[in-house]
Parts: sequence; structure tokens; C-alpha cells
Amino acid sequence: MNIGSLISALPGAIAQGLIWGVMAIGVYLTYKVLDIADLTVDGTMATGGAVCVMMMLNGANLWVALLCAVLAGMIAGLVTGIFHTAMGIPAILAGILTQLSLYSINLAIMGFKANQGINVRNYHLLVSSRNVKVIGPQNPIFVMIIVTALLIGVLYWFFGREIGAALRATGSNEHMSRAQGINVNRCKIIGLMISNGIVALASALFAQYQGAVDVNMGRGGIVIGLAAVIISTVLFGKIFHNFAMKLLGVSLGAVIYYIVIQIVLWLGLNTNLLKLLSALVVAIFLAIPYWKGKLAKGAKNA
Amino acid sequence: MLDLINIQKTFNPNTINEKVALNRVSLHLDDGDFVTMIGGNGAGKSTLLNAIAGVWQVDSGKIIIDGNDITGLSEHKRAPWLGRVFQDPMMGTAATMQIIENLALAKRRGQKRGLKPGVTKAEKDEYRDLLATLGLGLENRITEKVGLLSGGQRQALTLLMATLNKPKLLMLDEHTAALDPRTAEKVLTLSDQIVKENHLMTMMVTHNMKDAIRFGNRLIMMNDGKIILDIRGEEKKNLTVKALMDEFARASGEEITSDKALLS
Repeated sequence: MNIGSLISALPGAIAQGLIWGVMAIGVYLTYKVLDIADLTVDGTMATGGAVCVMMMLNGANLWVALLCAVLAGMIAGLVTGIFHTAMGIPAILAGILTQLSLYSINLAIMGFKANQGINVRNYHLLVSSRNVKVIGPQNPIFVMIIVTALLIGVLYWFFGREIGAALRATGSNEHMSRAQGINVNRCKIIGLMISNGIVALASALFAQYQGAVDVNMGRGGIVIGLAAVIISTVLFGKIFHNFAMKLLGVSLGAVIYYIVIQIVLWLGLNTNLLKLLSALVVAIFLAIPYWKGKLAKGAKNA
Repeated sequence: MLDLINIQKTFNPNTINEKVALNRVSLHLDDGDFVTMIGGNGAGKSTLLNAIAGVWQVDSGKIIIDGNDITGLSEHKRAPWLGRVFQDPMMGTAATMQIIENLALAKRRGQKRGLKPGVTKAEKDEYRDLLATLGLGLENRITEKVGLLSGGQRQALTLLMATLNKPKLLMLDEHTAALDPRTAEKVLTLSDQIVKENHLMTMMVTHNMKDAIRFGNRLIMMNDGKIILDIRGEEKKNLTVKALMDEFARASGEEITSDKALLS
């Protein structure tokens, strides 16, 4: 094992972490703010890339392609929202249904091929893994820091508005929200749309970064997103109280996740076992607050 | 003005658990009426308030508030007319949001929520002054999360939120039942004060007959989904707990073996 190989892999891990950090911010909005575990994102995490790559292959401008990717993600969120609110399907199942249908839709967008490549030499891309060690404005780490900062800024502004406050209230106490005249169903739909729009943006960026979109790109995405959220809660929960700082924490959480993954791979773990490892880590961290609660209760009863 | 006309509600119809919760209830309230509501468990007091609030739709009947028929409206669409305080102190506030954010949410009840600031600077001062009137020291904690407040503080805040935009009808559903006696008394006095100052049409469910007699200008007793007693004015002022229990026995045709049955 050569420490040099680990160090040379770190910039890539950081860039990937920042891109998945954008995705994790989307997950944070549904999971923490709206209190919904939205599994749509596993599908949306491929949809954004599919829309962006296919449009660019067909001559669309980078920014138009990115915008359309975001819109496609928002439509996916809208569908889950309608399944959940208008059709009364539990949120988790509603997300699974959309995710499943997105698999077919993503294939259709990609011309019924499992993957489609896009080469940074022939297309103007925002981020590319080829530039990860380049010193300059095209370095994906630099680009992603700016993207993340802009995203956090916009979200911080939005959630301080009347409609943003209504969204937060919906996630905090539906009963109270309805009593205060908030249309909680509409809030949930808006929240799901924003979240999936952000995830689709991350997807489009990730497809550009790796130079290809793959129909399985988003599989297990929710777990990576949750891992980032949980890492940030554990590490920064006590110090980051401001909403913008919490979002920053989630982004950092994703970066830490990817660095840890890189270290584990460097230690010799089989790549195919990564998803198992991620799931186990998330399961344990989700259990910790529950166990803590049980312990506290036990102490009280004793 | 509030008019309830022949409100009917059956839970779990056509099952073994079928329960007629409201049995053709009609009620008229004038502006400024403060009605206290008593009755045993399952009598239909809270159910009646939930029917007005639109927690679910009634089977038949009409709910008219100030000439507006709100019968078919969903819960959030009725909210502009209604202020509500619940039995559970956790229910009326958003625990993860700040005190002023909660008040600002209530301030916008009945208005379109757009991209204007969630809390304006002017509101901050307004709420600080308002909170000071409670005498609970909350004016110095306006940016604290509501989850940090005690049950009594949360109920006082909920009361403030319910009446911030003067509602046509204030509904207090056993809102002091979960509080310790001293705090309960404080919140009750505060409720009475707010109702009087704003001349609010109010319905208050209570299990305490003394409170039911002490507050308001009208008293309603429910049993088995029906209003069985409606006492107002001078007659209400002269009520005693003993007289109320006798009335209950007469009106319901049941003997009460102890006041426990009514108070529980």
C-alpha cells in the first residue's frame, strides 16, 4: 500500500464528494426539513444526467441542458408529490413507484441504451474528472465550490421567505400548519420538486464529471445522501445551527464520505462491496439516536 | 355569528365500531358569545370543534360562519376564520422553529404566502411587545426554538397565535388539561382576558365544571352526540356545580352516581 496513491486519489474524491454534496442537500430538504424519506432520488440521480447528456449530444447549449435537467427532476418530484398527496400513497412507496418508472423513462431518454458517453474534448462541460488536478478555473473542485455556495445562498434565501417558512412548518408540525391555513399538500409537492430538481442538477454535473451517464448511476443514491446528512449531523450538529451552515455541513458530509470510501478502497476493499458497506454504516448511524433514547429511558426508569 | 345546522357525523359506519358522534346538532352563536362546553368522555365536545375546524367532513348539515358556508372546505381553507388551541401543548406550535417564526406563520393565516420575508423587521418589535404582555419573559427569547418552552409557555404562545389575526371563532379544546393547576389557572385567565379584550366569539371545552360556570356567558352540555343543555345569561351566572349535575340528570334521563362521571 502506497500512501502516494491515496493522496493522488484525494482530489477526485473531493470533487465527487462536492457533486454528491449537492445531491445530499436535496436529500436533506426532504428528509430533514419536510420529514419525508423520498426514494425518488435514486431515479432522479440518473434522469438529470440523461437529459443533460442527450441534449448536449444533440447540440444543445450547456446551460440550457442543465436547466432542462433540473426541470426534469422537478417533474419527477411533482409526480411523487401527486402520488403521495392526491392519491394518498405513503411517501416511501410513492417515491419507489416514481423511481421504478424513471428507470424506463431514463432508458427512453438515453435512446434505450444503458449508457451514453460525452467527451470533454468535443463538448464544453462545466466539470470534468480530467481537470481534477489542473490548477485553474476549470478545476471541478473550484467549480463545485462555487456551485455549492450559490445553491446554499439561494436555498437560505428561499427558506427565509413566507413560502419557505410554510414548508418548514409543514415538516415540523402538519397539524399546526393546517390550523394556520397552510396547504400542507402543496408544500410537500413544492418541497419534493425543489429536492428532486437539485438532485437532477447533481446528476447532470456527475454525468459531465465522469464523461458519461449510466442508467444505474443513481442506484443507492438515497443511501449516499443520507450518509452525508448523518455524517454532518454527527460531526457538525452541535456547532452548525444556522440553516446555511447546516446545508454546508451536509456538503462537507458528502466530501468526508467520499474520502472515507477512498481510504477504504485504498485499504483493499473490493469495489463491489461498497454498497453493502455504505448501507451498514447508514443503518448503524440511524440506530444510534434510537439506542441513545432507549438508554436514557432505561436510566430514568431505574 | 356561527350557525351549525343539523350536523351529523358517524364514525366507522356499518361496522361493529359504528359510533354516532354528532347527532343532528344545531347551534347558533352571536358575536361575542363565550360558550363553555362540558359533558362526559365521548359526548361529542371535541368532535363538534373538529367538525367546525374541518379535520374531517361532516356526513350532513351545514356550518355557516358570518354568512359564509364553510361546510365543504378543507381544513386549511377554513383557518382564516378560526383560531384553535388544542389539549396537547405540542400540537399548536412548530417545535423546530423560532418563537417569532411561529408568530409570523400565524400572522399570515388567511393570506397568500409568497416570496416576501418570512419575518419582517417591524414584526420582530411587534411580537416582542406582544410577548411581553404574557409576563412569561418570552420577549427576551424571541429567536429561541419553541421546543425549548414548557407546556404552559407553549399554550400561552398558541393562544397568542390563535388570536393574532382576530379570528371569527376561537376554539379552546381542553387547552389547560395537560398543565399543572397553577399554570392552567394562568392560561385560563389569559384566555379570558384576550377573549374579552377582542370581543371574540369563543367555544371552550373543559372538564372542570367550576371553570365552565366561572367563564363565559353561555354554557352547553353535551351527551351522546347531542346538546342536552344550553344555559345563558343570568341563569348561568347563578349556576352551581350541584345544580348543573341535577340538570344533567334531568336532561339526560340518567342519574350521575358521582361527579367523577362528568368530570372524568
